[in-house]
Amino acid sequence: MSRPLDEVFTATRAAGRAALIGYLPAGFPTPQESVELITAMVHAGVDIIEVGLPYSDPLMDGPAIQEAVDLALKAGTTTDVVLDTVAQVTAAGATAVVMSYWNPIERYGVERFAARLADAGGVGVIAPDLTPEEAGPWIAATTGRGLDRVFLVAPSSTDTRITTVCSVTSGFVYAASTMGVTGARSEVSSAAPALVARTRRLTSLPIAVGLGVSTGAQAHEVAAYADGVIVGSAFVRRILDAVDHASALARVGDLAAELAVGVTR
Amino acid sequence: MATSSTLPHDDNPPGHFGPYGGRFVPEALTAALDQLDDAFQAAIVDPAFGAELAELERTYTGRPNPLTPVLRFGELCGGARVFLKREDLNHTGSHKINNVLGQALLTTRMGKTRVIAETGAGQHGVAAATAAALMGLECTVYMGEEDTRRQALNVARMKLLGAEVIPVTIGSRTLKDAINEAMRDWVASVDRTHYLLGTVTGPAPFPTMVRHFHEVIGREAREQILAAAGRLPDAVVACVGGGSNAMGLFSGFLDDPQVQLRGYEAGGDGVETGRHASRFSTGVPGVLHGARTYVMQDEWGQTLPSHSISAGLDYPGVGPEHAYLHDTGRAIYESVNDDEAMTAFAALCRTEGIIPAIESAHALAGAMRLGRELGPEAVIIVNLSGRGDKDVATAAAWFGIELGHSESM
Ligand SMILES: Cc1ncc(COP(=O)(O)O)c(C=O)c1O
Repeated sequence: MSRPLDEVFTATRAAGRAALIGYLPAGFPTPQESVELITAMVHAGVDIIEVGLPYSDPLMDGPAIQEAVDLALKAGTTTDVVLDTVAQVTAAGATAVVMSYWNPIERYGVERFAARLADAGGVGVIAPDLTPEEAGPWIAATTGRGLDRVFLVAPSSTDTRITTVCSVTSGFVYAASTMGVTGARSEVSSAAPALVARTRRLTSLPIAVGLGVSTGAQAHEVAAYADGVIVGSAFVRRILDAVDHASALARVGDLAAELAVGVTR
Repeated sequence: MATSSTLPHDDNPPGHFGPYGGRFVPEALTAALDQLDDAFQAAIVDPAFGAELAELERTYTGRPNPLTPVLRFGELCGGARVFLKREDLNHTGSHKINNVLGQALLTTRMGKTRVIAETGAGQHGVAAATAAALMGLECTVYMGEEDTRRQALNVARMKLLGAEVIPVTIGSRTLKDAINEAMRDWVASVDRTHYLLGTVTGPAPFPTMVRHFHEVIGREAREQILAAAGRLPDAVVACVGGGSNAMGLFSGFLDDPQVQLRGYEAGGDGVETGRHASRFSTGVPGVLHGARTYVMQDEWGQTLPSHSISAGLDYPGVGPEHAYLHDTGRAIYESVNDDEAMTAFAALCRTEGIIPAIESAHALAGAMRLGRELGPEAVIIVNLSGRGDKDVATAAAWFGIELGHSESM
């Protein structure tokens, strides 16, 4: 049986474009509003949604996402709320993976989290601080449940390391384009094409590029060499800067539409 | 340099202490941690590195520092024979310099030109700024805004030494958040920057490496107590923030089962109030700042804020090796509340003419408790991890001493 992420990449490849992957924390700015915002992203052309699990110590994230997850936590976003968000956006047509630091998953119970996520219709997890060496229990819990495990490669990864990472990865490989935290940047790092090319030689998995992409033009540039384009902080920033929920919905939809044009080649 | 003592868990996978430790970091840091581990492993078998560090310890830090018998203070500890390991007499005023000099030498060996550090009490930040000045490195120190206020003297010291001090204004504005910011800096600057982590926490190889550079405390203390008392102590006692001064002292006695290892963490306003840093009484195993260890967290895995009068103990995680020593029962950890620590602080001032750091006062309070349990025949070593100059304002406020007037405590 082919898996939802495989199906997305098969379809986008056939259409001659990259997949558009959008991130938003669950519960931001409130649980209900986040469901509506994510749904708006899907309707405007986002292929895969990364539902962020808000965490108290987001040490890989820049100011925009720090602020967003802080608001989400203050709005009472627990792991159960995140799973409920996944269920709701899946029902609205999204292909959703969870993006989470490792501790909340471990605390919830690795088996329990995997089971509940699968029940909610989630299709995978990105855990940016989980290394392959520490991933034994996670690999056991996801195998047989149809959940994909997305791991990261970075410009500093050696070829040996990329091979190790890819050996436990499924769905797609997350190529972190920059040495740095999340956040919109005026230019996508020049390290990205080289990292993708290097990874391409070592795996047949789809490769998605994240960190720093914020405009349609940047998405277009990345789509020329990657299978997927990941955008997070730019969506978050649109919402943080919006005067009210209606305008947040409109701005998020506009950005998604601009990016969806961008990812065509 | 003497070799590390053999531990029951030395055959665990590298960087692990039983189920604890490991590496939970973004992939971008893997290469830097590997590079650091390689540099560390190469250095500790290189006699030239050992000689250079030993020379700095002798001529710069002022090692060996003494083991001071404290008879009058011992009377308050059930009459036990108490000795203080005088890390407070090191250059910069605490044990932190031991680790900093080792890592600063490694920084140079790796060809890096900048160090970053987190600091709570400011002692690690001061030590890092000092070593950076000595070795011509750039230095940036992240410090929670709340801590920059309560440890203002140390902020000024760091600036005098040429370091940039960045107050961290997010989260709980204490040590935990300073570490988050330092990690964010590091991931973006790792090419030329070494993260000079200040305690035995964090991803491998930090817990092992930082402990290694503090083993000199335990080595000296063991030799000194054998000379002074003619036998091994019944207990060695230290405060535990991240746990570096404790690991340094404990390491000298790990293989002596008759020596009790006692760690004291901050009980703050009292464990029952929720305002404390008692990881072992309320924490559960989890992952924080790159390692699996005991973490103060809620049922969803969100880190809980810690609290202590002592900035250096105000941290919701603890070094993974301590988690292992706790679970195996080799070391015993208890809490000391703010008021108990301040009573011990005053006691040492008045009985021995030594003003301790408030962190170290937690260990002194532990010794007062333990000595009464063990009785007058007992020999106890307390790690006096730092001196109290930085805490004078806090202590004055606690005891109602008006600064600028000459009133007594
Ligand atoms: C004097 C002193 N003692 C103890 C500590 C706690 O650190 P650790 O538990 O790593 O020794 C600090 C930390 O700032 C300190 O300044």
